[in-house]
Amino acid sequence: MEREHDSPTATAGRRHPDEVAQHDQPAFAGPRQGPLHHLRRIPNPVFAWLLMVPALVFLGGFTVFPAGSALWNSLQEPGLDGGVGTAYYEQMLGDAVFRRSLINNLLFSFITVPVSIAVAMLMAVLVNRKIRGRGLLRLAYFTPAMLPVVAAAAIWLFFYQPNFGVLNTIARWLGFEGQNWLGSPSTVLPALMVMMIWHQAGFFMLFYLAGLQLIPPELDEASQLEGAGRWYHFRRVTFPLLMPTTLFASIVGLANSFKQVDFIFVMTQGGPNNASNMLLYYIWQTTFPQRRPEYAAAITIVLVLILIVLALIQIRLFERRIHYR
Amino acid sequence: MRIRPTSTVAAVAALALLTAACGSDDGESALEEATADNPIEITMYYPIAVGGPLQEVVDGLIDDFMAENPEIAVQAVYSGNYDETMVSVQTAVDGGDAPVTSVLLSTEMFQLIDDDMIVPFDDVVTNDDEREWLDSFYDAFMANSRDHEGRTWGIPFQRSTIVQYWNKDLFEEAGLDPDHAPQTWDELVEIAQQVQQETGARWGVQIPSSGFPYWLFQALTTQNDVEIVSADGTEVYFDQPAVVEALEFWLSLSADHGVHPSGIVDWGTTPEDFLQGQTAMIWTTTGNLTNVRDNATFDFGVDMLPEGVRRGSPTGGGNFFLFADASEAEQVAAMRLIRYLTQPEQAAEWGIATGYVAPLPEAWETAAMEEYVSGFPEAAVARDQLDYAVRELSTYARGQIYEILNDALQGAIVGDMTPEEAMRHAQEQADNVLGVYQN
Amino acid sequence: MIRTSRLPRISDKIEVGMAWLLGFLWIAPLVYVFWAAFREPAVALTLNPFQGWTLDNIESVWNSAPFDRYFQNTVLLVTGLATTQLVLGILAAYALARYNFPGRDILFAFVLLQLMIFPEILLTENFRLVSNLGLQDTIPGIAIPYAASAFCIFLMRQQFKAVPKELVEAAEIEGASRLETLWKVYLPLARPTIVAFGLVSVSFHWNNFLWPLVITRSPESRPVTVGIVRFLSPETGIDFTSLTAGTVIVVTPLLALFLLTQRQFIQSFMRSGIK
Repeated sequence: MEREHDSPTATAGRRHPDEVAQHDQPAFAGPRQGPLHHLRRIPNPVFAWLLMVPALVFLGGFTVFPAGSALWNSLQEPGLDGGVGTAYYEQMLGDAVFRRSLINNLLFSFITVPVSIAVAMLMAVLVNRKIRGRGLLRLAYFTPAMLPVVAAAAIWLFFYQPNFGVLNTIARWLGFEGQNWLGSPSTVLPALMVMMIWHQAGFFMLFYLAGLQLIPPELDEASQLEGAGRWYHFRRVTFPLLMPTTLFASIVGLANSFKQVDFIFVMTQGGPNNASNMLLYYIWQTTFPQRRPEYAAAITIVLVLILIVLALIQIRLFERRIHYR
Repeated sequence: MRIRPTSTVAAVAALALLTAACGSDDGESALEEATADNPIEITMYYPIAVGGPLQEVVDGLIDDFMAENPEIAVQAVYSGNYDETMVSVQTAVDGGDAPVTSVLLSTEMFQLIDDDMIVPFDDVVTNDDEREWLDSFYDAFMANSRDHEGRTWGIPFQRSTIVQYWNKDLFEEAGLDPDHAPQTWDELVEIAQQVQQETGARWGVQIPSSGFPYWLFQALTTQNDVEIVSADGTEVYFDQPAVVEALEFWLSLSADHGVHPSGIVDWGTTPEDFLQGQTAMIWTTTGNLTNVRDNATFDFGVDMLPEGVRRGSPTGGGNFFLFADASEAEQVAAMRLIRYLTQPEQAAEWGIATGYVAPLPEAWETAAMEEYVSGFPEAAVARDQLDYAVRELSTYARGQIYEILNDALQGAIVGDMTPEEAMRHAQEQADNVLGVYQN
Repeated sequence: MIRTSRLPRISDKIEVGMAWLLGFLWIAPLVYVFWAAFREPAVALTLNPFQGWTLDNIESVWNSAPFDRYFQNTVLLVTGLATTQLVLGILAAYALARYNFPGRDILFAFVLLQLMIFPEILLTENFRLVSNLGLQDTIPGIAIPYAASAFCIFLMRQQFKAVPKELVEAAEIEGASRLETLWKVYLPLARPTIVAFGLVSVSFHWNNFLWPLVITRSPESRPVTVGIVRFLSPETGIDFTSLTAGTVIVVTPLLALFLLTQRQFIQSFMRSGIK
């Protein structure tokens, strides 16, 4: 019994004996007449639906329903007695700030996510081996991910400060010209990307550490026997086997890159001249300071559509993986 | 005044009182029935936008007020910074849970009027004493409190102007008179060049351009003797040649004279630049006085901004507003609270604690303030500048207009557009937005 | 022979060097913040360790906002949410993993879709919705849009899928009901995943900013991240020492929790079979 218990999480290996005993002892001593006794008569499919309902209510209630109401609001015509129409979407077509935010957001997502994942993979591979100070290194990598993004952003705001900021101080020390990192349109987005990569790479590293535990150690030994280089081993064995983790991390990362705009509040307020504006921040701007909730609803719909498309692509990838299994 | 449907109770009460009491102390009779055991409860939101443990000061002032007025119970809610407070007020009103009064940016006035959210103080004051109180503030501040028809919608509370701070040690090192700040635009450039060349300061001067560049820009336009907004908040004048000139001057500081950083200068870190001796001069709010005084390791001076064609700065900061959803009695109670907080003694206390400009002349004649100013004469500079101050940019659809102007200014500063293109573009966009409010 | 044995050693050294360099780069900003938080403002940005140490920053920041209340709110929020998410998530995952019922695949696709669409994406509408529910400016109001987590459902489902059939059948033979089977067979096996998700949820909501910023306004409901914005006050510029002190106040409890449990945290992640 105990061995079987361990088998699904074979990688976990050393399960504490007390734990197992504790859970196994009150074994299933025949049918009991508990208060939930009548539940037994419910057929399985109905029972399954009942289990799903609470989660579905909240999931649907705070995504599907508001998405519907956003769609409805965005289709109102401006003015008091306007009917239904696409005025706000037409407005969007001519809105340079929206266009800028969209492009920025896509750039941001499709650069920070792959780079964070690559860094995370590197970190995980580095600290998955027995090297001295491994625990300390894991800690160092992961700790930034524990910071609120607002706090991380505040720290980096000072690093990027053009006069006394750490970055420019070091640059001048090395004989380079300092940059106005957050104050010029060409450097602001890369500067923000670096901050986010710093913040989230450690989090993804955890996924990879988990993923690496599922790779049988024999493969490692085999490669060593064959005298294959570490890089070769990584490319041909580790990387492909980590594919599911990569897929998962990229979903989490992409979703995050569209909803995480806290740092804009702290660092740039979208400036200079919207060079660092992003969709959700623009939605906030149009909703609250500008008080145009209907227009914000239209932008929301576009954002939701983008996310649905990305999600569908990823679901396809998942399906292929399940197929593969 | 249009009455919101949600305030029908207040309207009915007011009507009943009007017909019954026929001009006697309306709303106040409900207040008269309130006692210490059964007080009238009012909620006040307030933002804090400067450093220090100011919540205690506010709580102290409120406690003093309630001790004097036991029939009024005040709940003071610290609600974050100005933007957050504005959002809070908006959402509270939408949710039928409006505060009775709140401190908000004075420039929110037209937007609040447009949304039928506030009532003018003229409707709430009842006697000559109170009417006099409405006239007791500096005119420069009242420019953002009164509409073009003379109704008073806001009471100045934590107000400021832009002043220049300079590093006397650096001036001396550069062989300049350490007690003489630049008085004209030309002198600004000369002094900045000299101090930058002769000392380790990286920059001669910094005028911040993040967050709300329109505010600093308005100092430059005023100095170039041009108005960028109409008194009724329905028109802006961004594309006049004098406005473009003002922007060109700002850009020339870095592009032609090299005394000012290029790109966006962050508002939030500019005081730190000054404190670190990275820049010899900064333009920033008087609200920074306490911070700079406490943290500067060198001698510094504070003076009015230099003059171009004339002197000038916009005012800034927050006013008290009264909300339309509150009952007449609550409004009267809140008015008394606001009046109490803007009495000379209290206004002086708040000004000293925060660094804001006490908004009425009498406050500057109190013993506390006189003592403060004699020990720290820089505190009076902002008051003296009020003679040259103008109304801060305030319009209908304020959020959109600010966005348009700020983007245009930043666009010109980082070189996306020429100053002329930027201002023309901003004018077109602003006209589009404001069109519905004109005539 | 010599070549082959020396080569890996050099590359090993490079790897170790790289690991430490990366570690330094990642931890340095944080060390710097903690350094600055305990320094007098005038010397906060200098690196001389022999002078200028002080607790004044922490003290004045603590006194300038109701941090005790903020902390209380945050703790209530994160514990309540993690519990709710786990309960709802486990029930839904159990259904998805164990039963074949009409609509299951669509429901699972729906859950996968939710991995991308978080409630704050629909900021404007959810704000209106939660306000209409009368939950504006309350802790439940911050929590409710997140009550069901697609991430949780997904993780638990993957984990439950791996539970061996024999165990489940054995339990059934012994007469366990469906919920008992969940409680006694599935949950014990999923413990690492539950812990891992719980910790991720706690740290995510501890650090969440935008939604609480929008939906709360009074100290009675504001969490600690929103409190920190006080030190980014727009009017007088950023007071760096206060900001770092504020950051230290906000992150220390979570960091301490993490330092104390980091072994278990990372272990449970490694055991969780997240893939």
